Amino acid sequence: MKSNPVMILGLTLFAGWLAMAPARAEEAPANCEVPPYLLTSESPLPKVEAAVVGEKRLEILVVGSRSSSITASEASAYPGRLQAMLKEALPKVAVNVSVELQVKKTAEEVAGGLVKLVELKKPTLVIWQTGTYDAIRSIDPDDFRAGVTEGVVALRNAGVDVVLMNLQYSPRTETMISAPPYLDNMRVVAQEHNVPLFDRFAIMRHWSDAGDFDLTSTSHGVDLAKRVHDCIGRALSKFVLDVAHVNPAQQN
Amino acid sequence: MSSIADQIAGSSVAEASARAAAADTSAPAITLPAAADRELRLDLFRGLALWLIFVDHLPPNFLTWFTIRNYGFSDATEIFIFISGYTAAFVYGRAMLEAGFVVATARILRRVWQIYVAHVFLFTIFLAEISYVATNFNNPLYSEEMGIMDFLKQPDVTIIQALLLRFRPVNMDVLPLYIVLMLFLPLVLWLMKWRTDVTLALSAALYALTWHFDWYLSAYPNGTWFFNPFAWQLLFVFGVWCALGGAARMSRLLSSPITMWICFAYLVAAFFVTLTWHLPQLSFLMPKRLEQWMYPISKTDLDVLRFAHFLALAAITVRFLPRDWPGLKSIWLRPLILCGQHSLEIFCLGVFLAFAGHFILTEISGGAGLHFLISVTGIVIMSGMAWVISWYKHSADKNLSKKKGAVGNADMAGGG
Repeated sequence: MKSNPVMILGLTLFAGWLAMAPARAEEAPANCEVPPYLLTSESPLPKVEAAVVGEKRLEILVVGSRSSSITASEASAYPGRLQAMLKEALPKVAVNVSVELQVKKTAEEVAGGLVKLVELKKPTLVIWQTGTYDAIRSIDPDDFRAGVTEGVVALRNAGVDVVLMNLQYSPRTETMISAPPYLDNMRVVAQEHNVPLFDRFAIMRHWSDAGDFDLTSTSHGVDLAKRVHDCIGRALSKFVLDVAHVNPAQQN
Repeated sequence: MSSIADQIAGSSVAEASARAAAADTSAPAITLPAAADRELRLDLFRGLALWLIFVDHLPPNFLTWFTIRNYGFSDATEIFIFISGYTAAFVYGRAMLEAGFVVATARILRRVWQIYVAHVFLFTIFLAEISYVATNFNNPLYSEEMGIMDFLKQPDVTIIQALLLRFRPVNMDVLPLYIVLMLFLPLVLWLMKWRTDVTLALSAALYALTWHFDWYLSAYPNGTWFFNPFAWQLLFVFGVWCALGGAARMSRLLSSPITMWICFAYLVAAFFVTLTWHLPQLSFLMPKRLEQWMYPISKTDLDVLRFAHFLALAAITVRFLPRDWPGLKSIWLRPLILCGQHSLEIFCLGVFLAFAGHFILTEISGGAGLHFLISVTGIVIMSGMAWVISWYKHSADKNLSKKKGAVGNADMAGGG
């Protein structure tokens, strides 16, 4: 067979494509760097700082919807991972993370019950994940903003620190669920009330763009969910420590 | 807009005739440019708006950086609605003067029906897509997001609500707005025939009252129309007003250097504000006071900041792009102009192509290269389709005019 340069080039490309295909199918171990600007906030967490430095105990309550959990694998959802990472970073501090799932409730509906939850659990910090259900139901963005505001104010008055967490980045449902109004309004409330916002949407989008995760995967297994939640827990623990100005090295 | 450019180009005829029309109160209050002059700038920018809407409906990619929403407050929707008002007034305003109120209304209603059918067609495609995803995609990571499929459980309610324009999936909000605006066009034209400036003032008053009393149209299952017609009508009526002689009367204001510098200053300020959205590292530069006053910039209710941004863009555009700019006839801008001339068809095609492109992108995780390819292919398909429609209408009209005198064709004139 005569060697034809075009054919050789074609075969090389084809071989390269073949070599790439399996690499894409079985994903690389979770490499989920987050750009530093997504892990900082100008808004403080004074109570967290005091609790870690002074009392050496930190009680965190996560209030969230279904996307704060993984069905049939609760421990590997991000709240559990957050607890593990914080314990690792702050070995001398008693860290406890509990979760209150408020499934199929709008921000307004959840806001009304937040104070009761705080009285029950007595946390230092409440991480409030919201927005997804409102976006699915296409609640009026103004009503959504009012609901989030009401919740944030109630939590503040109850004497706890607050972190807001927004929606997941979900490329498959992008044409069906309109996330931007809810993302924007959460940002507005965070700014108005000086509350740190953990931008889960931007972080997951960054991972998707960087090729860390294939978020369009049709797989029915929980493997992807577990790896994503592990990375969210990791990012969230960094975020909380950074915003509260807690330097793990000094606490050890 | 036609007369603005004439004015800027130094012709005083337009101004004189506008002045004469204003002075002569017995004549109808509206003036229309000669039928033969087709305002290519309108087609150009409407075509551009259609391309931008298509690119904006795809997931963000390289081309998204060329869409104007990244450089200021307003986006392609404003251009589309304004130019639609302008061209609709041009076509149906003439019909109203020549054939009377009833005939013009009948023609407008025929157009409304076409837009409605187009909307239902797009809804069917959306149903197909969402049903496919519902049956094939079951990733535990997104079990909550899959709740969006719940409406498939009650198709009886959902489909009826969709036909009533109350249930509208994402990215399908423009046509219902357009339908409502067109429904009120006969009334607007009739009022304009009486007093153009009073009509515009009424429209502005409705806009102000909407903001004050928080008026809206409710949607299904809850929430409101994404584009509030009570607010967006201002832009549409402003387009009508410009087409019916308002632009001519504004020409002095538009050609003043003070206006130009105010517009430039506003556009630059808007650009820097937008920059802080894309580079959150810069957000510390924004005064907190300003942020609290300014945000959120409502798209639903056509925020004043967005309206002003569109006005500034339009003022700068008519100033620096004269009506007789030879480039408008160039072959390179031909695809844009053709798309703008068949806006309804190309708009629907664009929404469909965005669905299809989205689908391909999620099925084949192909990366930036494929993404770019899909965007460009979509634009080529839209242009090709516009060319085919244009060719077909041209030959059909030719046959028609052999039989009888040519009647103004709303579609051909891009009527709405």
